[in-house]
Amino acid sequence: MKRLEILIALTPVSAFAQSSLPAARYANTQLADPAKEAEAKALMETLRCIVCQGQSIADSDAEMASDMRALVRQRIAAGETPANIRRWLVARYGDYVTYDPPLSALTAPLWIAPILLLGLGLLIARTSFKRRRR
Amino acid sequence: MNRWLIWLPFIAFAGLLGLVATELSRPTDRTVRSALVGKPLPAFALPPALPDKPGLASAMFGQGRPRLLNVFASWCVPCIAEAPHLMTLKREGVEIDAIAVRDTPDAIRRFLMRHGDPYSRIGDDKVSAAQLALGSSGVPETFVIDGKGRIVRQHVGGIRADDVAGLIDTVRSAR
Repeated sequence: MKRLEILIALTPVSAFAQSSLPAARYANTQLADPAKEAEAKALMETLRCIVCQGQSIADSDAEMASDMRALVRQRIAAGETPANIRRWLVARYGDYVTYDPPLSALTAPLWIAPILLLGLGLLIARTSFKRRRR
Repeated sequence: MNRWLIWLPFIAFAGLLGLVATELSRPTDRTVRSALVGKPLPAFALPPALPDKPGLASAMFGQGRPRLLNVFASWCVPCIAEAPHLMTLKREGVEIDAIAVRDTPDAIRRFLMRHGDPYSRIGDDKVSAAQLALGSSGVPETFVIDGKGRIVRQHVGGIRADDVAGLIDTVRSAR
């Protein structure tokens, strides 16, 4: 009994959280058209795996990530644009799902701060150069 | 003026340190919630998961009565833990439909025989298509859909005994 308990304790939780079904079509199969496959791959690399959270769906072995890869490939094959697919997922999971966050009030400082700092640096440089010339 | 200005970087640094310290001491919440809460149920249509129970389509919601939409799987351990509480909700008159994620009829039947069957309809979601359409990030998850077909609440993770009363309240007020 004790041994069984130890065995259960040692079994990783993820071992329970897997179905026995095979991966979806196109989860691990490339699209026949290399151009479309490249498009799908590029998109998959910038979408976050919802289960593992630190990986893109292109890198993850989680079943949900494989189902998301299948979704991306099927939609690309059907002629949908990557931007559209990203928008569809963001509408469901929020900006968290994309590794390429859109410009919003929350992300704006990321883009504006470097420009502001550069401007400030130029200003400081100009005044200190002026002072030295004098 | 300049004498005071010299402290500015120090104050900024202390402020940053305070911010980091408070954020570090706060426990992180890694739940990914659906962005569709408050919005209409997205369109999906799933075939029946069991031969003797109807399948599930989004058109079946919003018929004037609120319903629960439970995302579950027979291979999911927390789903076993929430099963008795779903049975309680059913006894209280809450109508519950289900999406079975990546599952087989045999496994679903065994699961329902062992843990009870609170479901009116079960849709078969072999490739997580409906789950992704809902913005659901795992199993189990429960959505409250109001009488107009709008998602009013998402419950992430298993339903525990102390969640039941709150869910009943939400369902009753979601006309």
